[in-house]
Amino acid sequence: MKTNWISWLKKTVAVLAVAPTLLFAAETNVHIDKAPVSTNPVDLQHGAKLFVNYCLNCHAASMMRYNRLTELGLTEQQIKDYLLFTGEKVGDLMTIAMRTKDAKKWFGAAPPDLTLIARQKETLSYSGADWLYTYLRTFYRDESRPTGWNNVVFPNVGMPHVLWELQGIQVAEKSKDEHGNEHIKLTLGKPGLLSPAEYDKAVADLVSFLQWMGEPVAEKRKTIGIWVMLYLALFFILTYLLKKAYWKDVH
Amino acid sequence: MTHTAEPLDDNRRQLLVATSVVGGAGAVALAAPFVASFAPSERAKAAGAPVEVDISKVPPGEMIVVEWRGKPIWVLHRTPEMLESLKAVREKLADPDSEKSIQPSYAKNEHRSIKPEFLIVEGVCTHLGCSPSAKFQRGEASGISADWVGGYLCPCHGSMFDLAGRVFKSMPAPTNLPVPPHKYLTETKVLIGEDKA
Amino acid sequence: MTSKSGLLQWIDERFPLSSTIEGHLTGYYAPKNLNFWYFFGSLALLVFVIQIVTGIFLVMNYKPDGTLNAAGVPVAFASVEYIMREVPGGWLIRYMHSTGASAFFIVVYLHMFRGLLYGSYRKPRELLWIIGVLIFLALMGEAFMGYLLPWGQMSFWGAQVIINLVSAIPVVGPDLAVFVRGDYVISDATLNRFFSLHVIALPLVLLLLVAAHIVALHEVGSNNPDGIEIKKKKDATGKPLDGIPFHPYYTVKDMVGVAGFFIIFFAVVFFAPEGGGYFLEANNFIPADPLKTPPHIAPVWYFTPFYSILRAVTYPLFGLDAKFWGVVAMFAAVLIIAFLPWLDRSPVKSIRYKGPIFKIALTLFVIAFLILGYLGVLPPNPMRTLVAQICAVIYFAFFLLMPWYSKIDPCKPEPERVTWK
Repeated sequence: MKTNWISWLKKTVAVLAVAPTLLFAAETNVHIDKAPVSTNPVDLQHGAKLFVNYCLNCHAASMMRYNRLTELGLTEQQIKDYLLFTGEKVGDLMTIAMRTKDAKKWFGAAPPDLTLIARQKETLSYSGADWLYTYLRTFYRDESRPTGWNNVVFPNVGMPHVLWELQGIQVAEKSKDEHGNEHIKLTLGKPGLLSPAEYDKAVADLVSFLQWMGEPVAEKRKTIGIWVMLYLALFFILTYLLKKAYWKDVH
Repeated sequence: MTHTAEPLDDNRRQLLVATSVVGGAGAVALAAPFVASFAPSERAKAAGAPVEVDISKVPPGEMIVVEWRGKPIWVLHRTPEMLESLKAVREKLADPDSEKSIQPSYAKNEHRSIKPEFLIVEGVCTHLGCSPSAKFQRGEASGISADWVGGYLCPCHGSMFDLAGRVFKSMPAPTNLPVPPHKYLTETKVLIGEDKA
Repeated sequence: MTSKSGLLQWIDERFPLSSTIEGHLTGYYAPKNLNFWYFFGSLALLVFVIQIVTGIFLVMNYKPDGTLNAAGVPVAFASVEYIMREVPGGWLIRYMHSTGASAFFIVVYLHMFRGLLYGSYRKPRELLWIIGVLIFLALMGEAFMGYLLPWGQMSFWGAQVIINLVSAIPVVGPDLAVFVRGDYVISDATLNRFFSLHVIALPLVLLLLVAAHIVALHEVGSNNPDGIEIKKKKDATGKPLDGIPFHPYYTVKDMVGVAGFFIIFFAVVFFAPEGGGYFLEANNFIPADPLKTPPHIAPVWYFTPFYSILRAVTYPLFGLDAKFWGVVAMFAAVLIIAFLPWLDRSPVKSIRYKGPIFKIALTLFVIAFLILGYLGVLPPNPMRTLVAQICAVIYFAFFLLMPWYSKIDPCKPEPERVTWK
């Protein structure tokens, strides 16, 4: 694929940028899995469907329009038939009926807008998609929490495990290593509608969609970028030759 | 020795032309996103998107107003009597066959609509953009004249239109009210703002 | 210009067009030995133009409004995303502006470093240098105000921390901070005044200062890597022997610099617009929330060397807080640059003829500056604070000890004419 060398370049730069951090900063003890992010429209459509069904009831994506999903290969009719709630138009923003004030009362904190969630969670060591992929797969049963759920990468999270029907119920086994760091091992106590592999795939699709929604223009941006680079290479050569042609009489 | 700009030799001229052409093309390409940003945004397009109207809820003889692209669009359910009036006023109209007026080809007929009983027209006077008021009562009761058969009166400069949005003779308004593009999705559902299949 | 066209003749009788072009381009003689480091002046001008043009287009859709919209997102924040998502081409314009901000500082830092290398601040270029320092100050203000506008978490809390520095000033500080904000917290009032200053006031100041910078430059002429005056050796017609007309020689040369710069600039814009989280920070994709501070607040990378100096001051002095002295140290770190023309007592200008002491001093200074910059993005701990303190001492020692070490430094003799090829 044409973007391969770019990702290689990015990785190299990222490693170089991180190297001093590793020297100085303390490592976090939570492992973040690499998300198998897909740019395949079929996967993204699946992710969009999961998003609308499971996330869009409490979270809004208020800077995203439904009809932008046409960029994923959906037709306006499909969006209307499968994704819109009654009374909404395809050109509408993905807002929700719940008001921020009520949400605060019900959940303690208003569920954040998810338009940019993948960009918000980005760090030098992992992408926002990686974090979300790990987060949505590490919910476990915890009766001490008001919702009955807890999470490995987001301890004491306010959100219950919305996808538990799909994943099933995970239980945690907590242990401490010689440094006193707590480790949490998750096992599937009760299987869900999906097998673990199927569940991982579903979450990967959902996370791919969240990443796409964070910057829908991202792929187009890179494609344009390659043409711009080719153009500038030509322009650079021409200006260099022009400079040489003029400077030949400077002695 | 000192250096003063020496005359253009062939090498310099060729490179100067090549660099200018390539650089100029780049400048035009760079200007493109800036120029493009003046076009309507996705928000503007969504706000100006076609509107669906259920015409089964408009009783005969009455009119509803819907908004499309910030303009009032009238949906008038004409009675047989109202349709009859269109023939009666023909002689008094400035452009009875809508030759100089703006409407899609499927509305360029006497009733200026797809279905004769339903008039769908932009409620914006072609004079200076006011929205005319409905004057459906006939005769003296209309407050206009004894032979008034129903129509519209613009409050700003007094232009008068018949029940097909056609302007009467010697009025400030130059042409008939424009008919927006529209199509029937079902027997009772109209999509205003789009007529392509 | 022997035969002027009629139109040019007509204009010249009313406006000094031909003489201006001759004075600043075709008849302005620059040393022929200007090297790589001399690209950054014209590049700074280029980035300035990019920022103004993209800025004009951003203002057409940006809304400086801190109130929440129907979906509970601040209007200002939503308007930036509106530009990114809904305005045709808006994402490119915005990325050019955000990348341009960082590019501006990279180019200006390299431009200033060039001055250090070749002694460009020395007589007769003292005023040129001071105007340059003023540009740098105005640019820092411009960047700081601009960073509040996206109204994300880093915008909000960065401004909160920096404006609170004002409150370190004895007696009037706390009231002054309220006055600057126009409120008890960073609020809509602050956002609107910063917007006004960012798009109107400071750009005007910058424009005037840049014009003055160029006028002063063309009065005294460019320095060069040898640090000798080309005006001292002239031919019979009064033209410098080692000078060449700026146009066409340096216009075509600067074009190469522009093309090279664009390759790097647009590579960032198109492939890594977040700049690894340094140009656009992840936390700034979260709308401003006055009730929740993100776990780690750091200024944007171009402020971090000075921010580190601020944090490095941890001792109260003369009955005043360490906080106050930190602010003093931070501003002193910028202003001291303006005194370079009088601190450098070396008989030569250029590093090429300066002795080992200056070379070591400059190397230490650059290393200290880079470490300070790096520490500024990290959360502080005792070890880092100590390192920052050592680097801050090196930073100031470079300037304050210069009158001494530049005098005793064994220098090489300067050449009569510029070295070339």
